Amino acid sequence: MALKHQPIVVKLCLLTAAMFGFGYALVPLYDVFCDLTGLNGKTSTMAATAEAAIPDKKREVLVEFIARPNNNMPWVFEPVVHKLRVHPGEIHRIDYLAHNVTGRAMTAQAVPSVSPGQAALYFNKMECFCFTQQHLTAGQQLLMPLQFYVDPALPEQFSTITLSYTLYEVDAATPVTAQTATGDNNE
Amino acid sequence: MSTVTTDPHAHAEHEHHGPAKGLKRWLYTTNHKDIGTLYLLFALTMFFIGGAMAMVIRAELFQPGLQIVEPDFFNQMTTVHGLIMVFGAVMPAFTGLANWLVPMMIGAPDMALPRMNNWSFWILPFAFSILLASLFMEGGGPGFGWTFYAPLSTTYSSDSTALFVFSVHIMGISSIMGAINVIVTIMNLRAPGMTYMKMPLFVWTWFITAYLLIAVMPVLAGAVTMVLTDKYFGTSFFDAAGGGDPVLFQHIFWFFGHPEVYIMILPAFGIVSSIVPTFARKPLFGYASMVYATSSIALLSFLVWAHHMFTTGMPVFAELFFMYCTMLIAVPTGVKVFNWVATMWRGAMTFEVPMMFALAFIVLFTIGGFSGLMLAITPADFQYHDTYFVVAHFHYVLVTGAIFSIMAAAYYWLPKWTGHMYDETLGQWHFWCSLISVNVLFFPMHFVGLAGMPRRIPDYALQFADFNALISIGGFAFGLSQLLFVWLVVKCIKGGEKATDQVWEGAEGLEWTIPSPAPYHSFTTPPEIK
Repeated sequence: MALKHQPIVVKLCLLTAAMFGFGYALVPLYDVFCDLTGLNGKTSTMAATAEAAIPDKKREVLVEFIARPNNNMPWVFEPVVHKLRVHPGEIHRIDYLAHNVTGRAMTAQAVPSVSPGQAALYFNKMECFCFTQQHLTAGQQLLMPLQFYVDPALPEQFSTITLSYTLYEVDAATPVTAQTATGDNNE
Repeated sequence: MSTVTTDPHAHAEHEHHGPAKGLKRWLYTTNHKDIGTLYLLFALTMFFIGGAMAMVIRAELFQPGLQIVEPDFFNQMTTVHGLIMVFGAVMPAFTGLANWLVPMMIGAPDMALPRMNNWSFWILPFAFSILLASLFMEGGGPGFGWTFYAPLSTTYSSDSTALFVFSVHIMGISSIMGAINVIVTIMNLRAPGMTYMKMPLFVWTWFITAYLLIAVMPVLAGAVTMVLTDKYFGTSFFDAAGGGDPVLFQHIFWFFGHPEVYIMILPAFGIVSSIVPTFARKPLFGYASMVYATSSIALLSFLVWAHHMFTTGMPVFAELFFMYCTMLIAVPTGVKVFNWVATMWRGAMTFEVPMMFALAFIVLFTIGGFSGLMLAITPADFQYHDTYFVVAHFHYVLVTGAIFSIMAAAYYWLPKWTGHMYDETLGQWHFWCSLISVNVLFFPMHFVGLAGMPRRIPDYALQFADFNALISIGGFAFGLSQLLFVWLVVKCIKGGEKATDQVWEGAEGLEWTIPSPAPYHSFTTPPEIK
């Protein structure tokens, strides 16, 4: 009797194991899917080139800047300007202020997110403090640059793009940083 | 289903294999009927424990303001109520019914893997002891909702979260083992002549449900494991600081979660498809279309998960895709409702308790289905999301849907299990008290939900006070009504009018050809299906 059941039981156990693996496979699949569609508003972690930066003077897009330290992060962190009206293709540079108000040296990492998510694919950063970690000594202040342009191919339905940064402390307890985010981030 | 020949000596020869005595009978049993009974009693116990938590919730919500419990404890009550009812009451009840009925319906002597069957039941009490014990720990039990969205379950959860994770692991292992057993039994142990398209619909719906379980319970196990490692071992699956994404949690969870709701309703469809023909005294209308409808619901259930997440900010294309897929499920479901109604059409109907519960199921489950369609409409969902409208919707499909079907099944097969007819008057009292109170309980939730009352909050704005008092009264009445059911079951086990083999005049199927109560070993010689 057991011999008759064995092949089916083995197949069903393999199916169970495969579906457990599939649950984990959803993690990289989701990252790939988001990279392709911009679904979760993550921007590229690579510096963009200026080749698509051909200004389209007929169109204007409002870009809003939000920055906040994570709730475990004591730094002051804010953009110098909060919104900017830009023509797609025009290169702009703004600064963010970071101030380590604590009495010890700390390292931080800013993680960007764009809303609406699909617009993330069209938000090109040529230079960004979020590409690297920031190390500030006790009480040090720093103006951190962001150079960007909005891709003129941005679909018509988007007239406002919100760029949000959250600043996290990087320490021994969180060895994984957003720099490795789009790659192999989950081990 | 078909005519059957049984060997009259088969039963007598195996009489000496009767059950062992005392506690050991239940601990070591590999008998599908014993294990079915254990599952059903366990589910009933959990139904009352989860129900007691619902009573705490309704007592707190009886008046606006905070009066009985702390908000943190309220959150634990909503969370554990949901977990217990889904994994402790509804799913084990269906597994118990499958254990009792699948072998008897297909002419098999027992489940295919009896030792695993014993194990898959006996790990359940441990899972729920762990979950319930976590409520008494310092910092409390899980309070992040049964959906345990990250970061509520990772960054902000209590220290007992590991216990929650392990108990869900054990529940999942139990469900998967149960599902493997059902599939192997159905594929290998059907009596000669019992082709797939001759199987009773309860067997068919469970066959499909078992595949759903194997497909999605491992994904749930993965999700809780990721929560565990995120919280305790420094991974960042759902933590943006480490490059993860909390929205990913919702995708993984609902990839499990949506098929899960069909796991909790497909066996109900099978039960109603057994009961309605019996009391309409007509064969089921559209048997084949029922099988295909069940299969298509199961397949579609994998394509609709993101309708739980419309408000997370999806591209319009994705919202439309999930909206239309969700609405498409109404088609096979409509086929089923049509078939049940067509079965009753011009039937010689009688209205015993199982039929009453089945009829209430058809009407009230359809109401739950319609509110589901309303929620599927993406723009409307932005208003309904996370309000009491959602609570009303899923309680209509799970209480008046799944639970009512389990009640119907219990009444329908109780004479076969115990050998005694249940008390019809008491059963009718139970039915009518339940029917009225359940609607007083859940129908007004639609209104407060549409008016904007959020779910999972221990307090509410004053304008919802009257409706909430009414809802709480309905809740207490529904809870008390279920005590009638316990009384009835105890009475039926102890004695009552002797049940015939067929029990119900219009009942057809193999389980009605063996004596009542069903002998400890049935179909040791396979019946022949002609």
